[in-house]
Amino acid sequence: MHALPAAPVPAPRRQLFVGTSLACAAGATLYGGMLALFLRFRHATLAVPQSEWKPAGVTVPEVATNTMLISFLAALVFAQWAVYAARRGIRSHTGMALGLVALVGVAVVNSQAFVYGQMHLAVAGGTYQMMFYTLTGTFLALMIIGLVFTAVTAFRFLGGRTEDREIVAAHAMYWYFLGAVYTALWFVVYVTK
Amino acid sequence: MTTIDPHAAGAGVAAGAGERTGGLAATVADWVTTTDHKKIGRLFIIDSLVVLLAMAAIGAVLGFERIDASANTIDANALPQIFSMYRVVLTFGVVAPLGLGLAIAIVPLQLGARALAFPRLAASGFWAWLLGSGLVIGSIIANGGPGGGNPDMVDLFLVGHVVLLAGLVAAAGAVTTSVLTTRAPGMNMRRVPMFAWSALVGSLGLVLMLPVVVGTLVLVTVDHKYGRTTFGGNTGVGEWLGFAFTQPATFVYAVPVFGLVADTIATATRRRLAMRGVALIGIGLVGSAFLAGVAQVDAGLRRDVLDASFSDALGDFVPFAVLNLLPLVGALAVFAVVMQAVAARPRIISPFVFSFLGAAMVLVGIAANALYHVGDAQLADTVFEEGAWIAVCYGAVLAALGGVTYWGPKLWGRSIADKKVLPFALLGFFATVLATFPYFVAGFADQPGGATTFDYGGPQDLWNTLSTVGHALMVLTVIGFVALALRSFATGAHAGDDPWDGQTLEWATSSPAPANNFAEIHVIKSGAPLLDLKPAVGSASMPAQPARGDS
Repeated sequence: MHALPAAPVPAPRRQLFVGTSLACAAGATLYGGMLALFLRFRHATLAVPQSEWKPAGVTVPEVATNTMLISFLAALVFAQWAVYAARRGIRSHTGMALGLVALVGVAVVNSQAFVYGQMHLAVAGGTYQMMFYTLTGTFLALMIIGLVFTAVTAFRFLGGRTEDREIVAAHAMYWYFLGAVYTALWFVVYVTK
Repeated sequence: MTTIDPHAAGAGVAAGAGERTGGLAATVADWVTTTDHKKIGRLFIIDSLVVLLAMAAIGAVLGFERIDASANTIDANALPQIFSMYRVVLTFGVVAPLGLGLAIAIVPLQLGARALAFPRLAASGFWAWLLGSGLVIGSIIANGGPGGGNPDMVDLFLVGHVVLLAGLVAAAGAVTTSVLTTRAPGMNMRRVPMFAWSALVGSLGLVLMLPVVVGTLVLVTVDHKYGRTTFGGNTGVGEWLGFAFTQPATFVYAVPVFGLVADTIATATRRRLAMRGVALIGIGLVGSAFLAGVAQVDAGLRRDVLDASFSDALGDFVPFAVLNLLPLVGALAVFAVVMQAVAARPRIISPFVFSFLGAAMVLVGIAANALYHVGDAQLADTVFEEGAWIAVCYGAVLAALGGVTYWGPKLWGRSIADKKVLPFALLGFFATVLATFPYFVAGFADQPGGATTFDYGGPQDLWNTLSTVGHALMVLTVIGFVALALRSFATGAHAGDDPWDGQTLEWATSSPAPANNFAEIHVIKSGAPLLDLKPAVGSASMPAQPARGDS
């Protein structure tokens, strides 16, 4: 029996980036399914004459929710800036960009807490309330994962592993995913209501 | 010995000895913290086989209850929960993890990779799955399943379900990433072994479909936890989650079966698989069933569809075809390729017999599902659907037993004797047929699904007795197979490195495969890299050149 020809060690195939992309795809179907159920119950409720979906008297603080959307735009720019700087080996810029992503992320979490405080909803108060908290709570969980991802990326890069640019690109991918999730949440829950 | 590593006598035995030198605690610690994909895969396989034993026994008990509901073998209040446990655990506790376990153990070897991508993710996926399975089973026993009377236990059931599914998604993500990123040089996607391709398709389907189930579960959990009834309280659980363990979503869990049968027939014939591209596309089409899980749409044809307007009929037919017929077309395409190879009179090797019979039953389940969704057949809410589900699940299990037989040498270093294991393939097939087909007949006679009390014309006791016997035979099959496997893998004959005369890369390393699989990475030039090195068998064999569309 002959031996197969040996090959040189293959170039890495962006394992972390592919894995993060899969995680984002899984997150997209998770959140898409939840939003679909929100819309389904909303449609069924409003189909009944004189019924209400969002409780009367509850106002969505739109300034805060719109600001969160704009904040995400900024976070995405910063995440991409980190990728740009990492590719060129500019460590200080990479660190600054990742720090800004984290800052915006914390601000978004803070804004969501502010929205909770303004809306004064009880989870057990009705279907809308239950779904509102579940959807926004899941979003917050995804945000916290994003912040941990940012921290890990920053510590690895600033710790001297500057050749590990893939994690910075994967990090940016995850934040694009978070931006898409919030945009859908914003439109369905805060705009369409 | 084909190529690469020092012989197993050094590698495999040394590895086994190393495990034992530290004593029991060290061995346990080694298995708990392992990141070796072969061990993680074995953990999945062994644990799902144990769960399978329990579920086949429950299937027999449920069948017995259907024969004589007055016997009150099971408390009437517990029946819905037992039905739910049977469904949930056989699907998520046996079929899905069994396929994933084989994929985790074997796919990196087939790809010529030294490790699984994200091995810690896969390991944590296994432990999450095991914990979640325990929580689900425990909560149902404590009156917490769908319709259960203990609200805390119902919450635990839901949370356990989330943990279980999260574990499966994690393991599936590791398999998917492995196929996409760790292939040997030269192994483009058209050269990927059939089983690895089917593992990619099935795992990707799981990664995309199961999060939808998780999202629904989170909503149902919060709803139930806060005492609301938006999702039907404790009785609505099955209604909102049922799509994940009914057809066509269940086809996604059975996709690896088709890769396995394609790989084993090629090995049995010692020839390249003709129409390899057709098989690849066919497996992909079976995987399209994930769309049903993502969309949560039960797409059937209405009754008297031919009398409906063209637009209404078309509106019915398109989703029906996409969700129910595409997987059927895919399965038939794979079978066409396999049957063409069968015509060349292959060797009768037990892995092929297991996987062929298993895949045939999965095909029966897929075809039955298409029929079930035709309104004029009037099968809705009958036990016919359960027959299709059992065909898919037991068919997948049967094929997976073939997988354990086939790749046992790579995982344990020893073989199961072909002649000893073959009867279990036939017994398992007979059991699956018996458990399935009577329900098809009973479905046409309008026996309701998920019920034990009914009265319809015809020999209803006969159908339910036959099905019960089928479940009981499946218990015997699994017990017999596991006993034989345990004995063979512990004390059986040492397997050679290439005991089946295989074509794919896993047979190029020693048996059992060493910790890092391969000492060297190799360049691949076709979909059957080892066949490129072996002399052609007989004058009718295809030449050792890359097949058309293979390069």
